[in-house]
Amino acid sequence: MSVKERIVKRAVKEIGNGMNVNLGIGMPTLVANEIPSDYQVLLQSENGLLGIGPYPDESEVDPDLINAGKETVTAVPGASFFDSAESFAMIRGGHIDVAILGGMEVSEKGDLANWMIPGKMVKGMGGAMDLVQGAKRVIVIMEHVSKYGESKIKKECTLPLTGKKVVHRLITELAVFDFTEKGMVLIELASGVSIEDIREKTEADFLVSENLIKYA
Amino acid sequence: MHKVEKNIHEIVGEVQDGATILVGGFGLCGIPELAIEAIRQKGIKDLTVVSNNCGVDDWGLGLLLANKQIKKMIASYVGENKTFEQQFLSGELEVELTPQGTLAERIRAGGAGIPAFYTATGVGTLIAEGKPVKEFDGKEYIEERAIVGDYAFVKAWKADKLGNLVYRKTARNFNPIIATAGKITIAEVEEIVEVGELNPDEIHTPAVFVQHVILGEGYEKKIEKRTLKVEEAIG
Repeated sequence: MSVKERIVKRAVKEIGNGMNVNLGIGMPTLVANEIPSDYQVLLQSENGLLGIGPYPDESEVDPDLINAGKETVTAVPGASFFDSAESFAMIRGGHIDVAILGGMEVSEKGDLANWMIPGKMVKGMGGAMDLVQGAKRVIVIMEHVSKYGESKIKKECTLPLTGKKVVHRLITELAVFDFTEKGMVLIELASGVSIEDIREKTEADFLVSENLIKYA
Repeated sequence: MHKVEKNIHEIVGEVQDGATILVGGFGLCGIPELAIEAIRQKGIKDLTVVSNNCGVDDWGLGLLLANKQIKKMIASYVGENKTFEQQFLSGELEVELTPQGTLAERIRAGGAGIPAFYTATGVGTLIAEGKPVKEFDGKEYIEERAIVGDYAFVKAWKADKLGNLVYRKTARNFNPIIATAGKITIAEVEEIVEVGELNPDEIHTPAVFVQHVILGEGYEKKIEKRTLKVEEAIG
């Protein structure tokens, strides 16, 4: 399994039957493919759709029907369309059960940075700052270390924040952490990975759960 | 009163240099193509433009950018546009990045006569700098100001001759709130029907918000990311 697959397969377990879910752009979007087919899950898109369906075939392509990543999509039976203010009322008002978002850095306090790298062109935060404040649960999925081998899980984020103390759970290809009153807690290890491996690759301090479990 | 106009150029001709215009759409979906082209042709300058995105290099609001007609852009995401980057880095273009939900609510508030509101979005980030902070029930919120525009340009699917509007699918996006927040709102549509033909239960924007309706033809409806179904799974 690739790193991405491993993360995506673990992330989908955060989605329960009947939930309303927002998946961020990039790797989080792939989680949709793994949702069990017997689940009734409505996927929300910030641009005004609750009930995102699969990508269209040629004959279904509709320029008036896109997702927040500006990709052509379809709508499932039971979907609804709405304007941007209502979309964010849904998000900010706590009506979205889970948001699964990508990350550049997460701090041990649950701060998230995922929208801007100083010195590079600023593209904008889109809906990320609203999602991290509004969704009932915020799950961040990202690779454990950067392409330069540096831990992306920091004592303090070095990049500008998307939100402060907003992450509930962090999933990497190596481990799963929860953010609690006591601090960041390692709750799961990927198979073949030891606590020592995690300590070596994690800048942040963390506690180890008494009920530490392993996942495939 | 019937509000159907023949010529978008006449209406756009009234827009002054330096005006604040609100423009509907998300990416290239549901953008007022005719109005953007008319503004480009008229060469109105020093515009403050409020819109979620700024088009791409050769389409949408990117056309006004390429023509150096935009002085300031208020948006949530502008990453699809190289011209934007050049003008921003050279200091020609002023940019106010606003979280998408905050942008939507600022426009909604503007149209609803609410001058400001509090939101948790952006607390503890760069966005909060310089903004009043208030605590409600033990949680911090920042104050955000409403946005109103001299003109609002929206794209709808259908209108009746009074200016009642119906949008289609996700081309709705920012359009209904933008329609409420312009001192003068111009709606361009794909079809105009007689008064009474739209079901009152299904009208998204009531006619009170709309001053002018224009029938558009030949919409290009460009697609930014044409993404098709693939058979294989991820990996």
